[in-house]
Amino acid sequence: MFALYVGAGAFFVFSLYGSDMSLSKLVDGLPNMFRLIGEMFPPSFARIQSIAGAMLETFQMAFAGTVIGVILSVPLAILAARSLSPHPALYYAARWLIALFRTVPDLVWALFFVVTVGLGPFAGMLTLVVDAIGFCGRFFAEAMEETDKGPQEALSALGAGRSEVVFSAVLPAALPSMINSSLFTLEKATRASVVLGLVGAGGIGIELKVAMDLFQYEQAATIIISVFLLVLLVERLSSSLRRLILK
Amino acid sequence: MPVARLAINLTPAAVPVPTGAAVAAGTATDLEVAGLCKSFDRGRQVLRDVSLRVPKGQAVALVGANGTGKSTLLRCCLRLIEPDRGRITLLGREVRNLRRAALRSLRAEVGFVFQRHNLVTQLSVLSNVLHGAQARHAGPHVWYQTLSPRNLREEAMQCLEQVGLADFAARRADRLSGGQSQRVAIARTLMQRPRLMFADEPVASLDPVAGEEVMELFSDLIRRQGLTLVFTSHHVDHALRFGDRVVALRQGAIVIDSAAAALDAQTIRQIYD
Repeated sequence: MFALYVGAGAFFVFSLYGSDMSLSKLVDGLPNMFRLIGEMFPPSFARIQSIAGAMLETFQMAFAGTVIGVILSVPLAILAARSLSPHPALYYAARWLIALFRTVPDLVWALFFVVTVGLGPFAGMLTLVVDAIGFCGRFFAEAMEETDKGPQEALSALGAGRSEVVFSAVLPAALPSMINSSLFTLEKATRASVVLGLVGAGGIGIELKVAMDLFQYEQAATIIISVFLLVLLVERLSSSLRRLILK
Repeated sequence: MPVARLAINLTPAAVPVPTGAAVAAGTATDLEVAGLCKSFDRGRQVLRDVSLRVPKGQAVALVGANGTGKSTLLRCCLRLIEPDRGRITLLGREVRNLRRAALRSLRAEVGFVFQRHNLVTQLSVLSNVLHGAQARHAGPHVWYQTLSPRNLREEAMQCLEQVGLADFAARRADRLSGGQSQRVAIARTLMQRPRLMFADEPVASLDPVAGEEVMELFSDLIRRQGLTLVFTSHHVDHALRFGDRVVALRQGAIVIDSAAAALDAQTIRQIYD
C-alpha cells in the first residue's frame, strides 16, 4: 500500500512537470487577464438580436438532443440491465455501445457529425443525443438494476411476460431516478452545446469564437454573460422540476 | 384421515415420512411433488427428497423453522427457483418440462401471496390489482389503470371489494398500512382467477391484529371459492386453524404430515426445538 502512495505521489510530480507548470508564468500573466477583463467592460449590446437568436438555437439543440437521447436510452438501458436483458450477447453489446458513447469526448463526436451532416446545429444536436445516451443509458440501467426485485418476482409468479414486468414494475420504480438523470443531462447538454459551436456544430459557441478572434471583447462579454444566465436558468428550472416531481 | 406419528428424535432419517398420509385415496390431485431436492451455494441442501401430494380443495399448512425450505418448496413449484432433482406436477402439468409460454400459462392459474406483499408501491392500488390480469391479457392496458378498459377496471374493483378496499382504489400503494397492502396483494391474486393458491408467510410482516384479520379474510375467500391452498406459517395456531393438514419440515425434509385435527400445538412446536 505504501508503494502505491509513493507511486501515485511520484506520478503527480511527473504530471506537474509534463503540464509545464510554472507559478511565475501565472503571476506574470495575471495582468493580461485583468486587461482582457477590463476590455470586456462595458459589454456591447450592439448584436444582441443575433446573440439572442444563437442562444435560442443553443438551447434548442440541448433540449432536442436531450429529449431524443433520453427516449433512445430507455430501450438501450433495458438491454444493458443484467437482470432484464433477454440475452447475454445483447447485454454486452448494449453495455459496450453505451461505454463507447460515454467515453469518446463530445468534440470528437461533433467533428464526426460535422463531417457527416455538415456545419450547423443539426450536427450539434446529434452530438448531444449521443452524449445523452452515454450518460442516461448507464444511469438508467443502474436505476433499473437497483429496483426492488419483490414486485418483479410477484408479476413473474402470476405469469406476466418480460415486457409486462419491465413496464409495470421496473419502470415505475426506476422513474424518479431516471427523471433525475434526465434533468442532469439537460443541464450538461446546455453547457456542452456552448462549446460545440467552436467546431462548427451550431449554437452560440461560434459567435464567441468570432468575437474573440476579431478582438471584439465587449461583444464576447455579452455572450459569456448570456451563457452564464442560460445555464443558471436551466439549472434552477431543473432543480425546481426535480423537487416538484420527486417529492 | 390417518395421522403421522412423531418420533422423539425429529431428525429426518429417524422419522418415517408419511408422504400423502393425510390424503384420502382417489381424490383429484392439484399438486404432487416427488423426490424434490434443492441445494444453494456451497452445497447447502435446502430440500432433501421432499414428496407431497395435495388434493383439490385442501388447505395445507407448511411449518418449520427459518431455513428449513418452506419458501423454497413453494418457489420450486412455480419454478421461480429451479429445483435440482425431483418431479413436480401442478394442476396436471409436469412443471420441470414446461417451456416458457406453457410455464407462464400455468403460473397464471396459481395465485402467490408473498410475505412482503410485493406491490409496485409507486402505482395506485387499482393498477396493482389490474396486474393480476397480465397472464390473460398482454399489452399496456394491464400495466396502468389509466390505460385499462372499463371491463377490466370493473373486475379489479370487484376484487378490491372482496378484500374490503374498494374505497382505496385510487390511493398509491405506498400510502397503505401493512394489512391493507397485503389485502391488495390478495386482490391481485383474485384478479388472476386462480385455481390454486400459494401463500408464503402471508402475515409474517403484520402486527398480530392485522395478521389475524388478513388470515381470516384470506382463508374465507379461499374456502368460498373452493380453492386449494398451500401456505407457510410460523404461527402454529394459524397452521392448525386455517390448514386442513399440517406438513412440517425440518432440515429440508418432511417430518410431520398429518391432518390438522389430529395434531396439537405442543406436538408441532417440537420441530422448533
